[in-house]
Amino acid sequence: MNRKTKDELMVDHNHDGIDRRGFLKCMAWAGTGTLCVMQGGILKSFALSDASSLTGAPPAGELCFAQISDSHMGFNKPANTDVVSTLKAAVDKINALPKRPEFLLHTGDISHLSKPEEFDTVDQILKSAVAKDVFFVPGEHDVIGDDGKQFLDRYGKASQGQGWYSFDKKGVHFVGLINVMNLKAGGLGTLGAEQLAWLEKDVERLAASTPIVLFAHIPLWSVYPEWGWGTEDSAQALALVKRFGSVTVLNGHIHQTMQKVEGSVTFHTAASTAFPQPEPGKADSPGPMKVPAEQLRQLLGITDVNFVRGQHALAIVDSKLG
Amino acid sequence: MIRNRRNVCVLLLVATSAVLLPGSRAGSEARPPAAQAEVKIDNFSFSPAELTVAAGTTVKWTNRDDIPHTVVSDDKSTFKSKALDTDDTFSFTFAKPGTYGYFCSIHPKMTAKVVVQ
Repeated sequence: MNRKTKDELMVDHNHDGIDRRGFLKCMAWAGTGTLCVMQGGILKSFALSDASSLTGAPPAGELCFAQISDSHMGFNKPANTDVVSTLKAAVDKINALPKRPEFLLHTGDISHLSKPEEFDTVDQILKSAVAKDVFFVPGEHDVIGDDGKQFLDRYGKASQGQGWYSFDKKGVHFVGLINVMNLKAGGLGTLGAEQLAWLEKDVERLAASTPIVLFAHIPLWSVYPEWGWGTEDSAQALALVKRFGSVTVLNGHIHQTMQKVEGSVTFHTAASTAFPQPEPGKADSPGPMKVPAEQLRQLLGITDVNFVRGQHALAIVDSKLG
Repeated sequence: MIRNRRNVCVLLLVATSAVLLPGSRAGSEARPPAAQAEVKIDNFSFSPAELTVAAGTTVKWTNRDDIPHTVVSDDKSTFKSKALDTDDTFSFTFAKPGTYGYFCSIHPKMTAKVVVQ
């Protein structure tokens, strides 16, 4: 039983006997189509091609959903002159998953310039997904010029305040958080006091064994603050869910997959369906990264998430578009 | 004749100085035309990051980045552009002296300022 000294170390939080070396090796493969699954407390890795061996007969109480992010409908610069095609490819990928997702999460930057026709086009394309329910949270590109009014009109009917909401699926509690409003000069993403107060109330009656999924656009951990890749008050949100045995945080914004485990919290960011961005610090700025045409789809993707009752963590699998 | 020539010379001198000093500030005879200044937006930054101008100057921002940006004063009310896609521009005339911090409301880590003297 080792207490963590750095975020990167896996804590034997639940005396699962996790093999740390195996886990770190698994982490290095994340994003290349590797499935890391906890089975009976043992962490196993499977190549995506072997994932079918896990699907077998689905145990009762299993939940499967997919995450897409950063479709940036309306973007048309060299990094990807056809974001419609790549979004359609993402939907095709979703429709071809071995286990049919029950719903989709879109973690924001649906549009590129908050234009009505951009939102319309995404809605239209998503209609052909096998999963008919889509839950959205806005990215900063979705709330330009109108403080998110259009976004809320379209996607925030069931939401409170500036668009936060929660829902339950098969005993898993999902919380959509908004961290792209009221951004201040020089600042990072921000949740704000009102939203945090709502979150506290939202989870207070839940049993600690309830798996929690938080989803928001900007990462709720400090990926790279210099590029605005972080949320100022995310620590407060995470403190509110500290007592839960399984917390999964799904984000977008950075246009690449990245994963981190801290105690019972798994953080994961999704690839974009539109264009990739450089790794932290590997370029002057976090702008669209141009790559040779034949490589583009390898850097775009979707995320498939499986929850199996009785398992500790959700199984998160990233798939490339090409 | 000499007097006339001197007068002519004096006249020419005054006219010349008026022509040669169009940009001079208070105290000059001629009214200077409104000054202009430019800020380029590229690679998630404003350049120059600190721009000093005279009161009455119109500053024009041009987005050369391949991603949209906005130009919003820190107080979010003094000036506020709509989303500027590549090659879009936004202009604001700074009538009053002061230091005006501003940022991109889409990418708030992008900050800069205009100092108006």
